[in-house]
Amino acid sequence: MVTLFEHQIAKVLSTCFPARYPGGLIVNQTSKDPQMKHVSVAGKVVTLLFSAAFLVACSGSSTKEDEEAAAAAAAAAAAAKAAQEAQAAAAAASASSSAADAERTRLIDAAAAYGNVFYFAYDSSNLTPEAIAALDAHIAVLATNNNNVRLEGHTDERGTREYNLALGERRANSVRDYMVLNGIANYRIEAISYGEERPIGYGSGETNWAQNRRVELVVVN
Amino acid sequence: MKTLAVAFINTAFLCLALVARADLTIEITQGSDNPTAIAVVPFAWQGGGTAPEDVALVIESDLARSGQFAPVARTDMLGLPSTQAEVFYRDWRALETEYLLIGKASPTPNNGMRLDYELFDILRQTRVFSGFESGPASDARMLAHRVSDKIYEHLTGVRGAFATRLLYVSVTRGGAGNKDYYRLTMSDSDGARPIVLLESREPLLAPTWAPDAVQIAYVSFETGRPAIFRQDLATGKREQLTNFKGLNSSPAWSPDGKTMAMVLSKDGNPDIYLMDLATRQLTNITNNFAIETEPTWMPDGKSLLFTSDRGGRPQIYRYDLASKATNRITYEGKYNARARVAQDGRNVVLVHQQEGNFHIAVLDLVTNRMQTLTSTALDESPSIAPNGSMVLYATKLGDRGILAAVSVDGGAKFRLPSREGDVREPAWSPFLSTK
Repeated sequence: MVTLFEHQIAKVLSTCFPARYPGGLIVNQTSKDPQMKHVSVAGKVVTLLFSAAFLVACSGSSTKEDEEAAAAAAAAAAAAKAAQEAQAAAAAASASSSAADAERTRLIDAAAAYGNVFYFAYDSSNLTPEAIAALDAHIAVLATNNNNVRLEGHTDERGTREYNLALGERRANSVRDYMVLNGIANYRIEAISYGEERPIGYGSGETNWAQNRRVELVVVN
Repeated sequence: MKTLAVAFINTAFLCLALVARADLTIEITQGSDNPTAIAVVPFAWQGGGTAPEDVALVIESDLARSGQFAPVARTDMLGLPSTQAEVFYRDWRALETEYLLIGKASPTPNNGMRLDYELFDILRQTRVFSGFESGPASDARMLAHRVSDKIYEHLTGVRGAFATRLLYVSVTRGGAGNKDYYRLTMSDSDGARPIVLLESREPLLAPTWAPDAVQIAYVSFETGRPAIFRQDLATGKREQLTNFKGLNSSPAWSPDGKTMAMVLSKDGNPDIYLMDLATRQLTNITNNFAIETEPTWMPDGKSLLFTSDRGGRPQIYRYDLASKATNRITYEGKYNARARVAQDGRNVVLVHQQEGNFHIAVLDLVTNRMQTLTSTALDESPSIAPNGSMVLYATKLGDRGILAAVSVDGGAKFRLPSREGDVREPAWSPFLSTK
């Protein structure tokens, strides 16, 4: 009986140690590799040139040499023009892509400068002006990608644990509602409350409490 | 005789004691005004070698902790009687002893132990009570707690609650960049013999007992989200009861064990739900836009108390199952939360805010009088002993979380500091079946 029980306890304990998400850390996914777009535009050019060469080769079966020559010349001209246009398009795309990348990098840097933690007043789930400024920066980044986010609500140690779980959820929901209002789809956001269980500062006093009343934004993919 | 299940738990506890951590010690900080002087003489060991456990010390500590007894120091004792013939009343009267407890501890077949005890009234010079307890020798401390229960009941008229257990959560801080380490621990009522039931790097909270004291429930974040689990202490079997979006918290078994009250926010905000444990059917009993949380059952199972901020600030409300009516029951102060009810259905212990500090208070439902029991600043999670005599709660000593206890009349206080880590959320078990 003892062995069985020990076995079961071992089983219970083992369920508690699987690898977990890196809570509290922003998992910042790098933006899409800009090289990918260049390759795909270049690919289109190659396809066009190949099509033109194919037309030239096929025209060899024509009976009248002039017509053949004219057709070949027309085809070659068309192919050259197409290639030129494709190259121009590729250059334009490349230019606009690097402009977009630069803009995306700027947005990510701006959001990173604010950090991923939004702070609250005591017993309040209202967003402060500072929190709104930081959130706006994160929303601008999320508008450019498809990342999902986890909003983790926390409270300070004052008040009961279960009530604080509810208050932490209110804070996370208040951030979520602001994000949804500003165009981030609800399904991309998960709001979770840890109540007072995960303090940043363990001691008592306003210095610790202020850094514990927070919502952390965690990018999850 | 114990039932098989109880015997099995005791055996299981023994093997698990190997992984025990977070040992609690007892520091009595305040006694009652007029404690009864009692001498608990070391029990005479009838076996070979030395006694495996100082059972008299366990009994003496139990009685002292209640605040209602003042033990006579062993060093003052003029003799160590273990039979009535060896008792000299004159000697004990000289020490102003009111009661004297003597006894013998004897080994019995199959690693058993038997404690025989006799209680004497020194002033009346008479033996007033005697009895015995028996069980596995490995459970000697629990046998001693049962003797304490009998003595306590004989002298106070109130059933003793020493032969009970505690659940609590202890946390070892992870340090810079590391996650904390959470443990759900069960110990005897005096903090001895701790057994770690569960360890996790994710928060564990709200441990609670089923009325049979064989099952427990708690909230674990091990899935990355809060979820309610129940666990059978006899078999170790564990089951996840909820997996809803949002809060899944505050499990509370009904007195008949068939229903579990809980908090879910799956419909947008936290409400109190009742789960029929047989069918898993859920009923929302609050349906309100405010925060509703911390449900607890009245002992008759006909109504529940819970915390709600529907009036702007958290206060205690009562929901009647038959009439479906909800009434506010706390009016004194801006913050009253997390009620727990004594078995008499009269005393409600709760967290009460006064001048920014959080104290444990007791509200008498008959007189509507509220009395603050504690004076420290961050007191929470009150849990009342099954006999209604003591309230165990969590508080802070420096920046460490510790457990402390206070008698319901506010007279006696003691602390249970842990050797390491933060300790919190104590849950006092119901009476354990010994039949």
